[in-house]
Amino acid sequence: MTLPNIALLIIGAVDLVAAFLFMYGLKRMSSPVTAPSGIHVAGLGMLVAVLASFLYVLDVGAAARPFLMVNMSLCGLALVLGGGVAWMAGRKVPMTAMPQMVALYNGAGGGAAAAIAAAELLGGKAPGVTALVVTLVGAMIGCISLSGSLIAWAKLQEVLKEPLRFAGQFTFNLLILLATFVIGAFLVYLSQGGSWKVLTTDDVIYIFFACALLYGIAMTLPIGGADMPVVISIYNAATGLAVGLEGFVLANPALMIAGMVVGAAGTLLTLLMARAMNRSVSNVIFTNFGGAKVKSHGHMKGSLKPVAAADAAIFMHYAKSVIIVPGYGLAAAQAQQKLFDFVKQLQSSGVSVKFAIHPVAGRMPGQMDVLLAEAGVPYDMIVQLDDINDAFATTDVCLVIGANDVVNPAARTDKSSPIFGMPILNADRAKHCYCVKRGQGKGYAGIMNALFFEDNTNMVYGDANVVLGEMIEAVKGLGKAAAE
Amino acid sequence: MDFAIHITGFVAVYIFMLAAFAGWVIIGGVPAILHTPLMSGSNFVHGIVVVGGMFALLNASTIQEQAFGFVAVLLGAGNVAGGYTVTNRMLAMFKTSAHPAHGHAKSKHPKSV
Repeated sequence: MTLPNIALLIIGAVDLVAAFLFMYGLKRMSSPVTAPSGIHVAGLGMLVAVLASFLYVLDVGAAARPFLMVNMSLCGLALVLGGGVAWMAGRKVPMTAMPQMVALYNGAGGGAAAAIAAAELLGGKAPGVTALVVTLVGAMIGCISLSGSLIAWAKLQEVLKEPLRFAGQFTFNLLILLATFVIGAFLVYLSQGGSWKVLTTDDVIYIFFACALLYGIAMTLPIGGADMPVVISIYNAATGLAVGLEGFVLANPALMIAGMVVGAAGTLLTLLMARAMNRSVSNVIFTNFGGAKVKSHGHMKGSLKPVAAADAAIFMHYAKSVIIVPGYGLAAAQAQQKLFDFVKQLQSSGVSVKFAIHPVAGRMPGQMDVLLAEAGVPYDMIVQLDDINDAFATTDVCLVIGANDVVNPAARTDKSSPIFGMPILNADRAKHCYCVKRGQGKGYAGIMNALFFEDNTNMVYGDANVVLGEMIEAVKGLGKAAAE
Repeated sequence: MDFAIHITGFVAVYIFMLAAFAGWVIIGGVPAILHTPLMSGSNFVHGIVVVGGMFALLNASTIQEQAFGFVAVLLGAGNVAGGYTVTNRMLAMFKTSAHPAHGHAKSKHPKSV
């Protein structure tokens, strides 16, 4: 057996193991009990696959052999540099900024798939029409995922604040997409012996990539910030698909399988998220509601009734049951820990406390669960929307902290509201409701909240951290007074 | 014996179909609390693209191929390392949630799970 053949045998066997470990790891990740070990299993698969790939040096073609030392150094440098920077960033990023971080890493994956395609195309390596078409489709999806994810990151990071919309945008985007297809088809024509004297094939390839990148930007710009999680999930699935397609071109089944598993899993996750917001995926991409300016906030019935944090705390202290609805505002104020301290105070005076989590609480489905888990809130106190919504009617107090759109009863009643039909937490059905809020601003979807104007609702204005501090002090004061 | 892998025509389609089905089934029925970690976890898994990048770079014979191969490995490695740390950090928190009695997060009713 020749040396290159042994290398290929080892790579093939290791990639097989890696593909198994990826699927097994993902399976473990889909249950909270086994989830932590799931990522280790998948990580092991990745490690062995990357290590085995160094054996490719034993099987390089004659054309690449003179460059082997340079290529190996470049490879090592890229691994250390890219891996190192991302590792550091991933360790430092606060949990609140997690969604945009996932968007960045996801864009990197899409970019990598596109870059592989570029290397293959420019090197003229894709043999035959099928491989060429698959390479081009993978390249296009990878590019869209890269540039789209970057825009999604910019929106969540609030670098880009307003969705960019203009007349004829839909047509404009469609034209870019069509142009990308046409140029792709033209590249296939060129590969089949067609000729064009104006530009070289390489130039056409670059234009193809530019168009695909532009489409990713154009497609993401008009979508509002509130919809970004769904968009990131779409790009996650897209990157998986791109990786799978490039895997076919490289004849690497591990890439094909891992990419396609992620493509399908990502698609399902996207659908689940969209369903949680009661919207279809095409609705998210094409109707551009998230962050839209809505004129209807002028005619709210009732008034805003502010109360002091201490008064609200004392009221809750004497209540039998309290449901807390946490939102992104809580996380932004980094007040989860203080909230849990306050909850422990309430519990020690016999109040039954639960956390009600909306599927899209935070900036990404499930993010609020992660943030509460970080503060040490036990699993059994966190209840999901479907399991808790009927309990609001029999609950004394609902404390809404930094959440807004997910408790807006307009979603139930007001057909003109852009969030009409979205499932909400029935905070308005609790006997009393306190809403902690920084100011009188609107929610992430940019609309007024009818809950704030209800008769049994009081507003507690202030930063969540400060308000909770005052609440803790107020309840402490009660305890002291009782002891004296 | 030749251990180079040749995947052509329908074989590729079969692989794609079965892999897609596997992905769909694996994620099906996942609770909402795991949506974010799972998105991040699957994000990590498509980091396998780095292997393709390595293949492209090691077989590069022109400046263009080297440049794009380098970018592919750079971005792929970022995808892998970042995806792993972020997912791991998120999931590590679920340890205490899944076993509240053993973690640092003591509930007032630790036995009520």
